[in-house]
This record gives sequence, C-alpha cells and structure tokens, in this order.
Amino acid sequence: MTPRIDITLNVNGSDHDIRVEPRRTLADALRQDCGLTGTNVGCEHGVCGACTVLLDGEPVRSCLMFAVQAQGRRLRTVEGLANAEGLHPLQQAFTDHHALQCGYCTPGFLMLAAGTLERHPDIDDESLREVLSSNLCRCTGYQNILRAVRAVRDSRRLAREDAR
Amino acid sequence: MKPAPFQWHPASSLDEAVALLARYAPEDGRVIAGGQSLVPSMALRVALPAHLIDINGIASLARLEVEAGRLSIGACVRHAAFEHPVEPGVLGRLLATVAANIAHAPIRTRGTFCGSLANADPASEWCLVAATLGATLVAVSARGTREVAAADWFHGIMTTALAEDELLAEARLPLLATDARAGFHEFSRRAGDYALAMSLCTFRVVEGRMREARVGVGGVEPQPRRIPEAERLLEGERPEPETFARAARAAADAVDPLEDIRTRAAYRRDLVAASVRRSLQAACDDTH
Amino acid sequence: MSGGHASSLAPGQRHNGDADPRRRFVGARVTRLEDPPLVRGQGTYVGNLGFPNQLHMRVVRSPVAHGVLRSIDTSAAREHPGCRGVWTGQDVADIPPITFRPTSVQGLEPYRQYILARDRVRYIGEPVAVVFAADPYVAEDIADLVTMDIEALPVLLSADAPPGEFAPGHSTEAGVLRKQFGDVDAAFREAHEVVEVDVRVGRHSGVPMEPRGALARHDHSRDVIELYGAGKRPHAHRDAVAALLGRSPVGMHFYEGHIGGGFGVRGEIYPEDVLVCLAALRLGRPVKWIEDRRENLLACNHSREQHHVVRAALDRDARILAIDAKLWHDQGAYIRTHGARVPDMAMGTLIGGYHVPAYRAVGHIRLTNKTPAATYRSPGRFESTYACERLMDAVAERFGLSPIEVRRRNLIRRDQYPYPRPMEILDHPVELDSGDFPRLLDRTLEHLRWDDLQAEIARRRDAGECVGVGMGFFMEKSGLGPVDGAKVNVDTRGKVQVVTGSSSIGQGVETVMAQICADALGVDYADVKVIHGRTDMIDYGIGAHASRATVMTGGATRMAALNVRRKALEFAAAHMIEAPIEVLDIVDGKVVRTDRPGEPGIPLGRVAAALAPSPEVVAFGIPGLTAEGWFETAGLTHPYGIHTAVVKVDPDTGGVTVERFHVAYDIGCAINPMLVEGQIVGGVAQGLGGALLEEFVYDERGEPLSVTFADYLMPTAREMPPVEVLLTEDAPSPNNALGMKGAGEAGITGVGAAIAAAIDDAIGKPGAIRELPVTPQRLRAILAGRPAGA
Repeated sequence: MTPRIDITLNVNGSDHDIRVEPRRTLADALRQDCGLTGTNVGCEHGVCGACTVLLDGEPVRSCLMFAVQAQGRRLRTVEGLANAEGLHPLQQAFTDHHALQCGYCTPGFLMLAAGTLERHPDIDDESLREVLSSNLCRCTGYQNILRAVRAVRDSRRLAREDAR
Repeated sequence: MKPAPFQWHPASSLDEAVALLARYAPEDGRVIAGGQSLVPSMALRVALPAHLIDINGIASLARLEVEAGRLSIGACVRHAAFEHPVEPGVLGRLLATVAANIAHAPIRTRGTFCGSLANADPASEWCLVAATLGATLVAVSARGTREVAAADWFHGIMTTALAEDELLAEARLPLLATDARAGFHEFSRRAGDYALAMSLCTFRVVEGRMREARVGVGGVEPQPRRIPEAERLLEGERPEPETFARAARAAADAVDPLEDIRTRAAYRRDLVAASVRRSLQAACDDTH
Repeated sequence: MSGGHASSLAPGQRHNGDADPRRRFVGARVTRLEDPPLVRGQGTYVGNLGFPNQLHMRVVRSPVAHGVLRSIDTSAAREHPGCRGVWTGQDVADIPPITFRPTSVQGLEPYRQYILARDRVRYIGEPVAVVFAADPYVAEDIADLVTMDIEALPVLLSADAPPGEFAPGHSTEAGVLRKQFGDVDAAFREAHEVVEVDVRVGRHSGVPMEPRGALARHDHSRDVIELYGAGKRPHAHRDAVAALLGRSPVGMHFYEGHIGGGFGVRGEIYPEDVLVCLAALRLGRPVKWIEDRRENLLACNHSREQHHVVRAALDRDARILAIDAKLWHDQGAYIRTHGARVPDMAMGTLIGGYHVPAYRAVGHIRLTNKTPAATYRSPGRFESTYACERLMDAVAERFGLSPIEVRRRNLIRRDQYPYPRPMEILDHPVELDSGDFPRLLDRTLEHLRWDDLQAEIARRRDAGECVGVGMGFFMEKSGLGPVDGAKVNVDTRGKVQVVTGSSSIGQGVETVMAQICADALGVDYADVKVIHGRTDMIDYGIGAHASRATVMTGGATRMAALNVRRKALEFAAAHMIEAPIEVLDIVDGKVVRTDRPGEPGIPLGRVAAALAPSPEVVAFGIPGLTAEGWFETAGLTHPYGIHTAVVKVDPDTGGVTVERFHVAYDIGCAINPMLVEGQIVGGVAQGLGGALLEEFVYDERGEPLSVTFADYLMPTAREMPPVEVLLTEDAPSPNNALGMKGAGEAGITGVGAAIAAAIDDAIGKPGAIRELPVTPQRLRAILAGRPAGA
C-alpha cells in the first residue's frame, strides 16, 4: 500500500472527490470510487476496449491510465450519453440495429463511436471500420455495430444538410 | 492484473522531472508519458516500478516543430499527432502512413513517439522510422544534455543507450528531400497488432536512377536497422519490380531473425522479402 | 409428422384450436427488451455488484505444468497487514472433487479436479491457494507472497503421444468411447475406393468479453448461501455446489444478473465458484472473485483440440458405404463438468447430413498438462464437421467430381426423414427429425449466384489473384430435452411475468420468450417481463446451453401462456362477461367478444384483480391469473446449414483475407429472424477466429503463451467479411408446436470446414489444409513446401 491521494474527477459534468492509491486505474476509480459501473473492464491491458471513455473528448482506454492522471480533465462515460429527453442517438441505433447481445463491450463501443463521430462527423465507411476495429466484441461479429454507427452518422449528415 | 504499488511524482518542468529521476531512478523509478506499453506491463506485474515520474504535465515537452531542416518531436507528442501530416513534405506524409499502423486510435490518443523510442520494442514502427531516417535523440538528465544518433541508440530488445537517470526529451528527424519517395509496409496478424515484419524505404530518382536509397527493416531482429546489402542493389538502378525483388531477397538473406515457438526464422525471412519489396514499390509509387 | 408431440402436464381444453391464436410477434424482427439497461450502462454484471464488508479472493496458481506439490509457504502472505485469510488444499480437504454431469461413460471419476490442488499440480494456472483481502489490489499483493515448492514431473502436451501417468494406477487415457452401427468392416472390404484424411483442430475457446466472476454471501436470516454471477445452468449447478458443500439445495440460491457472454465456457462449475461459496460460509463475510484476463485465458475452459483420422468406403459412384473414424481428444489436465460430452458429440455428429449405412467411431479421451477443456459453442460439431467435410472434399478430389456433386450424391433426402441412426449421442437415441438438405443446397447456389461467382473467381485467377471458394455442410443438434417448465402470471396492471429456469447469456432469451408468450396469450411483447437465472423463483430449470432455450423453454412458456389464456377466458366467461367462452378472445391485453367487435374489452389486469383470493375464486380454481406450463419434446431437433467462404490468399505472406461469407440455415421456425441472424453472424466471427487466428499455444515446458489479448487473437471489425444469411423454414421440427429448432450454434459449426476448403481452392492444392487454425506461417510453409511449423 502507498499513501492515498485526494483527487477530483470530473465525469459527465459532475465532480467526484475521491481518495485513491496512485496505482488505481482510471477504470477502477470510475467503477469503484465514483460508482459509475457502466464502464466495463474486459482485459486490463489495453486491447479489448471495453473500458473506453472520452478524455477531453478523445477516446482512451481507461485501464491504461491512472486515476491520478485524470485530474483536471473532462471525462465522459456511457452514463453521460442519455439525457432527460431519452437515449443518445447511438444508444437508440444500437438497439434498432441489434448491435449488442451480451452488452459487455457496448459501453466501450458507444464511447468510441461517440468520440469518433463528434470529431469526424463525415468519416467514411472504411475509416469507420478501422476505428471500430479498436475494440473487441465476441457476440455480434461487428456487422450490426458498423451498421448502427453508420446510421447515426448518416442521419446527422442529413440533419445538417436540412439545416442549411 | 492490478499494478503493484508505486509512488507517483507529477513533474511540471523538465528540470523537476530530471531531478526526480536522479533521485528515484536508483530506487526503481521510471518515467511515464503515454503509458500505453508501461501500464500493461505493470498490470501483468512484469514491470514493478516503485516510483513513476509523470511528465504529462510538462507543457514544453508537447513541442512539435520544424526547424533547421528537421522535425523536433517533444517527449509528450502523441502518436495521434502524426495522423495528419505534421509538415507539408514527404516526411509528414510518410509519418501519417506509419502512424495509421500503430495500434488503434484510442492507444494513439495517449501513446507517444518518444515513449516508443525509449521502450525500444523490436516491433515499434517509430523505432524503424528513427533507425532508417537517422534520427537524433536528445537525452536529458540532471547531469546535462546529450545527443545520441539513432545508430547508437538501440542496444537490443527493449534496451537503449538511455541511462537510468536520463529522460528522452526530444527526437529529431531530418526532413526528406522534396523529390524523395518513401514507402512503408508491415505485416501483422490483425489490424493494430504488432508487426511480424515491416519495412521502410526511401530513395530519390535522379534521371531515372535510384539514389540515396535507404532500406530499413523492423520487427525482425532485436532492433530495427538499415540493410546495406539491399541498399547497394538499389543504388543507381532503375526503380523496377525486378530490382525491388532482388533487393528484398538480399534483405531477407541479410537479416538474422528473432525466432520463437510461434514465429520461425524462415517465415520471418519470407515476410522480410515481402515487406521490403512492397515498401519499395510503395516508395516507387509515392510520386505525390 | 411422426413421433413428436407437445403435452401439458396440466392438460385442459384449449380454445380457438390447438394452434396459437395468432402470430403477431412470433416471426417478427422486434427489437430486444434486454437492450435499454445495457446501452445505458446499467448492466448487473457480477463485477458491478457488491455487499458491505465484502472480501476479495485472489487465486494463487501453479507456475509448473506438472509436478509434485511438496509444500506451500504462506507465512509471508499471512504477515501482510491486509491479509484476511489464506487457504491451501489442506484447508479444503473436506470438499470432494467437482462432479460432472450424469453420463453412462464409466471410469472418469479419478480425473476430477479438486478446488485446490492436493499432492500434484497438472497445469499452469491450476488453483493452489487462495488469499482474501478487503481490496482486490491488496489481494493480488498478498497472493504474490505465496510461494511453493514443486518437484517437476515429465510434461505431457499431446493427446497423440503415448499416455503417461495421471496418478498412481491411472493412465492419462481417461477413457475410450465407441460408437458403431452397420457392418463397417464388410463395407471397407467391398469398397470401390477408400479415402482417408488426417486432420486436426487447434486449441481455442469461447473467451467471453466478461471474464468470470462470482460473489457469494451467507444470508444468515434465511441461512441461505447466495451466489451472484451464475449462468448457463443455475439450477443444476446450485444442486451440485450445494452437494459439494454438504448443504441442502434449499440452503443455496444462484442469481444470474447480466452475463457478458457464455459460449459454453461461462457458468460452468469451476473451483473458484465453489471457493467463494465456501469462503462466504466460513469467513462470515461476502466474498467476491473477479477473474482477470490472464487468468481467464489460463484457467477458464479451453476447447476444440482434437486429432481425427477418418476413412470413407465408397462405391463406384462415390456413394458412402461406411465411415470409420478415430479421434484423439485433448482434454487437458482434468475431466470437468461435461465429462466426455465433447468427444461424444463429435463422434455422434461426424457423419453430418449424409446417408451413411455403416459407421464406427473410436474416441480416445486423453489428459495432458494443459488447461482443462470442455464445451465451446458447437462443441464437438465444429471439429467433426471440419473432419467430415475435409473427407468429403477428399472424396471429390479422388473421384474427379465437384465437391457439390459429391454432397448431392450422399445427402439424406427429404423423404428419408425422420432418419434414425442406430446409435446414441449423450445417451440419447439419434433420430434426425426433419430436413431437406438438397433443397437448401439449391437455394444456396441460387442465392450465391454460383455461376457468376465461379466466373468471377476464374477471371480473378487469370489476373494472378489467389482466390477460392469453399463450403462446409453441417447437421446441428438443438433443443436438448426432455422437459422444461415455466410460470406465467399477469398482475393487476396487466403486466405479464414469465418465470423461466433459463439463462440469459446475451442471446436474447427475454425477447424471444416474450414474443412466444405474447402471441399465445394475446398481449404486446413489450408488456412481458421474463425472469431467468433465479433459483429462488422457480424450482426447476434447464439453463441455456446446447441451443435449447428457445425450443425447450420456449415450448414451456407457450404452454404456460396458453394455460393463463384459458384461465382468463374461463373466468371471464363465468364471472365477468355474460357470454359463452367460444366468442371470447384476448386481443392486445383485453378480453373481447369476437361477436361484438365494437365493444370495449376487459383488460387482463382487471381479470387478474378479480382473481384475487376470495371464496368465489377459490371455488373456481387456484387464485391469481397465473399458470404453469410444461413442455416435453420427443427428441432433439436437427437444424442444418451450409457455409460458403470466399477467400483471398497472399502467397508471399500466407495471409488469408475472407472476402465474403454466406450462411444458409434451415431453422424450422424463426421466432425473431433479427436475433437469429445476430446469432449466426456472431458465430461466424468466432468460427473465423478458430479457423484462422485463435490458438492457445504452449511451449515445450507446458508454459501457455497465449495469456493476453495481444497473443490470443480474436477477430476485430477489420478481419470480418460481410456475412450474408439465408434463413429458411423448409423443415419445421415435428417435435414442437411451432416447428422451432435452435439458433445458437449455426454460425460457427461449418466455418472451419468452409475456410479450409476455400483456401485449398485458392492455392490450387486439394487437401492441403489439414490443421486449424490456418495461421499465415502454416500456410506459407505449405506454399513454400516446408514442413509445418517452419
């Protein structure tokens, strides 16, 4: 054991004052100390992507960061996607396109897709496949995940064009 | 797979970082930047640092600039920074091609160029870039600053010239000539996996003949390196598939591949031949 | 139709005919009821659960593949200030080894695993000790302090090698299985040709995204041990774990929550599950164990590793006279809960959908110093289909016929069903219930535009590309019975609850049961809530494995819903509506008069309220709008399919790109085609993993090398080809009222066979592929004429 450190994590717009050992991964801090268990842990060595969260808008593996390193950053997790009006379009699309089965990889895929579409709203299909190959899913064979994310990209594109 | 305990020392300046390193390196202290290789090793308890000196908060190390004919890359510049060309020339384009082969997007968000060089994994793309293009590495410690040529940097599998109290503060890559052509190819089992073999080639074509050819091979031997046997076969020749195949064969013969139960030497030689030939062809086609 | 019947153990007259009143949700592509909490991050995976004052358990595992366990030093661990307990084998010496399912196979008992190693260790990763601490990080620190003295013994890593000693008096050959019918020897004597293949499937497994986990607590108020994180077979395993602990089953309850993937490996009884229950009992605190990924790849069941030598005797027209199969099954270090089921199923299904007059199979169950093996999605069938289809391709080559023509000549015809085979699988007689394989082949070729595909491949080959197409035909088995039950009740607000003994491992069982219930009862599927994985809410359950949930639990759900429907109509007719029952129906959750279409109906909630206990109701029957239903199947159902792969080979690197994958599958009746397709596409991904990427590699000392996700390679989105699914319902099962057959394994069974055939075709070397996975190195060695592994 090493002395624990008091830190504040800003997650989905709320501050969480927690006390952690330096070795505590961001994933474990979110889950155990902030009570945000939506972020799943699948491998703890940065390959599967189940623990993907957004760090200042960018997708990162929360198992490959220590919680103490996330102070002063803005974190977003799956719990922050839906709002009072309902599901985030990606959450709805994952349901509509049957893009999940056991659901364990789903939060990671949702955050990866959310971060990607926010930064690259016009991402092409091949690049999207490339990005989504960052995370592992063992149930769906990916086909419906790709469909769901493409559907959200396309509907947002249409909405933007309509707005013009 | 929970890391063993360590003490965390965030540094806010390079001076502070090297002072911390001078103090804690003898007590199993290490530098953490992106942590995308270090943290998995710690999760597996293969790496057991007692102290981590965290350099992510040092603003000056995020520097990424072209100056005096070279690209200077600070210790906190992430892989993702290279996904779009960092300079308008051949080098910027090449680095973008290479970056796309490094792991996956969320890893590139955190992992750093200099971290890859300090880690010196044989299969690191950036190490191959540094070795082939002749990078200069800037090592800083409380004792002072020194520059190390890439040729002197790699000392084997995950071993470098960096002393225990030194921090790799910056890497410098020479810009490529405006008429240079560059090609990169790697073979891996899946998207984003470590390469089983890769090659980076550059040359210029002057009056139809290849000049200043460089052929680098990585992921095959304990460290990446240029293959003079292949380069010689290119110098002064026309950029043609038959020539590329000859050079590729020479490279395959010249290497002394790492071998393990999963990847045999004979197979790695095959991959070297394929990678060198394809990277040469990619360079040939790299006419902007 | 023959042999099949659906029965209710509480029979009574049914209204509106025997068939379901209507089909509104059955067959519809409705979205899943499971999804809302999962997309919101509100899953109840066991890792997300916890109780006050809980301890974390960490397992200390053997670092040696085979050896005598001389001593274990726990002193340093005990001195750690965070240590709340350390156990070794001596501390749990009263717990018997983990049992396996009932089987007629004799002699497996000595090969069972104790929850902590006793005198010997037999694989790297075997639990040797456990430590307990309040924090999982600290538990891992403490576990690292446990050391052991192990005297190494010779390591056995191959099921083909001569057997060694498992324990004094027990060989590493745990048993030899035999199946036979017809006169095999005579057929080979009289054969026009004999064709033999020698083929291997590598060691790989299910590897769900959620590692295993278990959380146990002792609820003293009821004296019940609760285990959270159960799955697959909660009832059977509750009973088995209770027996190991010497408790009565009523003193133990299993709770499932969300499960991050099953695939055969999750939810079995492992040492860790028993240990947490025992620890909760003995330490008096809730105990949680969450597996990490390295442990998962070391210690969760492996599967598939099998060597087959298969011969066919053929007449002059390439028709099969007999098949003779020998196989060597690498069971790993111990016999686990499945006993001999995997090789048994491999042997029982190896002859697939072909008419085989005589058949003999001999299966050697061999123990090795590797992680114990058991079932993985399509257990035995992925392997046997690969072996059989390699053989059929070899027959085609020998006779100079197309692979398709050889199949056409040997597939069982529609008029031959029901097609009995005088042997048993898992102690059940084999009778293929229904099928029309030739028709599925025709439809497949049409759907693929076979001639266009062949022309395209020819054109690309002329241009120098190395492309090919291959097929894998498979006969699955599903709907393992014999009986399952369910309870349906309607509350006073009209919401329906179905209580099942099934398990949800991500496959969509809640939605499918809701669809079946909704149509049988006459309500919206979204108003149906399905309970599963709760041993405290229903006395019996079959769980979810062997593609049985839809057929068996679906059958039971339907019976229970029909019983509720009848009860509602009878009560309404007698006490709420002055009308004969014949004119009543339930539509959209309301009892309505069919002879007066405009009248508002009576909501089922009101019927339920009226059925609250009262003298009048008791006089009518059992209070509550509730009923049980039981379903008994006459036998297994046998869905079948054809996988087709188009691959491109990079001859310089040995790399294989799967460009296209097609699955034709006859499911009899698809309750929700969207979910069936989801099962199939997901199965294809796993199959491609096993065919091309995934392999548990060991070095010569028995050290497992595939213990991270950087070494155990599962397909990503980039490796997946587009998968086309042709779902047909040409051969409904006569064994249940809806004609259902299982869906869970259809995507994976034929993948190894199809990929091997496609690569053969691409490189123009028939029969070249003899080993899965076809790694680039192996393929490059074939192309370069080097020995395998060089």
